[in-house]
Amino acid sequence: MKSRKLNLSSFRELGVIAMIVIIYIVVCIIEPRFFSTTSLVNILLFFPFLLIVSLGEMIEIVSRNVDMSLGAILACSGYAAGLLFKTNSDIPIAAAFIVAIALGCVLGLINGFIVTRFQIPSVIVTLGTMNIYRGVIFILGGKQIDNSVIPQSLMALSQPKESIIGIPYSVLIALLAAVLLAVFLKYFRAGREIYEIGCNPAAASLRGISNNRVQMFVFTLAGGLSGLAGMVFISRIGYMDPGAAGRGLEFTAIAAVVIGGTSMNGGVGKVTGTVLGCLLLGVIQNAISITGISGYWQEAIYGIIIVVSVIIDNLIKNRLAVSEAR
Amino acid sequence: MKKKALSVVLGICLLGTALVTGCEKKGVEQSAKSDSSKQEETQGSTDDKEKGSAKSASDVTVRYICLTKGIPYFDPIIDGMKESVEKAGATFQDTAPDTSDATAQIPLIEAAIQDKVDVICISPSDPDALCATFDKARDAGIMVLCVNDDITGNEDRRDGAVMSTDYDKLGKENFEAFAESMNYEGKFVALSSKTGTPFQENQMQIYRDMMAEDEKYAKMEFVDVLYGDDEATKSLTEAEAAIQKYPDLKGIISPTSVGIVAAAQAVENAGMTGKIMVSGTGTPSQCKTYLENGTMPNAYLWDTGLCGNVAGTLAVKLATGEATLEPGAEIDLGEYGKVTADDDCLVPAGDPLKFTKDNAGDYDF
Repeated sequence: MKSRKLNLSSFRELGVIAMIVIIYIVVCIIEPRFFSTTSLVNILLFFPFLLIVSLGEMIEIVSRNVDMSLGAILACSGYAAGLLFKTNSDIPIAAAFIVAIALGCVLGLINGFIVTRFQIPSVIVTLGTMNIYRGVIFILGGKQIDNSVIPQSLMALSQPKESIIGIPYSVLIALLAAVLLAVFLKYFRAGREIYEIGCNPAAASLRGISNNRVQMFVFTLAGGLSGLAGMVFISRIGYMDPGAAGRGLEFTAIAAVVIGGTSMNGGVGKVTGTVLGCLLLGVIQNAISITGISGYWQEAIYGIIIVVSVIIDNLIKNRLAVSEAR
Repeated sequence: MKKKALSVVLGICLLGTALVTGCEKKGVEQSAKSDSSKQEETQGSTDDKEKGSAKSASDVTVRYICLTKGIPYFDPIIDGMKESVEKAGATFQDTAPDTSDATAQIPLIEAAIQDKVDVICISPSDPDALCATFDKARDAGIMVLCVNDDITGNEDRRDGAVMSTDYDKLGKENFEAFAESMNYEGKFVALSSKTGTPFQENQMQIYRDMMAEDEKYAKMEFVDVLYGDDEATKSLTEAEAAIQKYPDLKGIISPTSVGIVAAAQAVENAGMTGKIMVSGTGTPSQCKTYLENGTMPNAYLWDTGLCGNVAGTLAVKLATGEATLEPGAEIDLGEYGKVTADDDCLVPAGDPLKFTKDNAGDYDF
């Protein structure tokens, strides 16, 4: 029984890998220049901040929540870091990272508190806080942080030529975050509890796991990850436009998570799947740019892939149910 | 049986409402038609009304509706307009929607109508979507001035427009400087915002016209138009893809402030500074780094503060009846100079500005 489950979920990941490879080959045939290290680096550069936000979204979905405010948290934390650079240009980058991550944690904690204290569905709560967090930026001034304010050393994190091994540091930061999260989810009790409350909240609480505590933790962690993503975002774009930064990013993140095999019903989801989901979206976006397909297709294609993924997800679940019944 | 009867009743109800709403639609269309014919009459009569009951400046309220919140480009326009409106003794208010959707400004215009302001200054997000709401405002006796962007093709649906500069002149000067930095040869692409945005399409048409008309651009090749949707990440990806796709690319020209920065960033990321020239329209504060390190030999814009000043002063003068906006009218705006309206009541506020590494630090926008 267990081996069957394993087969199916790895089949799912193989499917995503196959899609990535097929799209890559097709685009290479249409546009041979796609077959280059530059294009690979461009694909990788697409995904650092998306991957970091998607990791946060993944653990939320695993714990039966959905967070719509992660893009706004990214903007808010990134903006705070930008303000720091603006007021004091000598501030070490590490300090800005800490501030952004801490602020992200606080904003995530607020989400978690409201959801658990008042038992309101997280979609509704985070839809509200999404607007609140973005509104706060405008109350704080809301003027764009220009690239002349952003330290060159931060920008260098996203530049391939600045890296020793050819892969930009921002990509490595994102992958490191993914590895750490994977280890945490697998080998730490607090990590496994996230899956347990996602699988069966009632059973989890019978076993002495506090649903509220785990959920608060999940929201805080997702917020902190979004804060980190805010810094990576600045390093990639080079400035912070508070109105546009991260707007709608949570939808792309949910797409990546779902494509990666995380179940919207909670309890199921893997870091590797989410990484692959982000990679697939990155390949698609680059393929669209380089083949010159109109950008309007991009959203439609994203949509199609999401729907197909959910259908596959359901088919797998139904087959599992049938085989279990046997 | 009961169920069946219920569904029949429901069906009839539905049919009824469909019929009624269908009729209503027709009614609305008709009244819209009569509105637009009425509008021409009222346009004349509001002018008379203003002349008859000259309002003093202290009773005038000017409300500016920006494109969206938080775009640094618009800050000097807002500040300039506030300064000149308040200097004239009138009241200034400003507001903006959260998104740049074509329809997001409609509720804000409706609110301005309810609040009975005297002049609505607006940077319209779309040339068509707002016209019906403009008609409503003008029927209520409110003057509608487009600022920075016009509703090209629908000029008769607003009272006038204040543009920051003569955009055709800007396009020509910009392309010439860009071509010069490329030594008049090689491939180049344009990085635009969304497909069909009037300003960008017009600028790109100017480049094409200049290339077709003048021999000196004969060795230049306009290979592609990229659409970055004025989104930082998308613009960056598009520019990076173009650099990859055309290894012998010599230039990127971007008539949008989000695009020009993304183009420069992409050129730097690819280590092509000095090989691929970047130019276009952007604010000096955003372009400063790239102007100074040579990625962007020059950039163009206009004095957005002056645009705000001119729009603000003009708005108050029109509301008090001190000036009338009609084709060819010359209006003296005191310290902000004299402006002349063209055939569509469009007023350019000043000359284009050119930024280079030498003067980028002199501006604070």
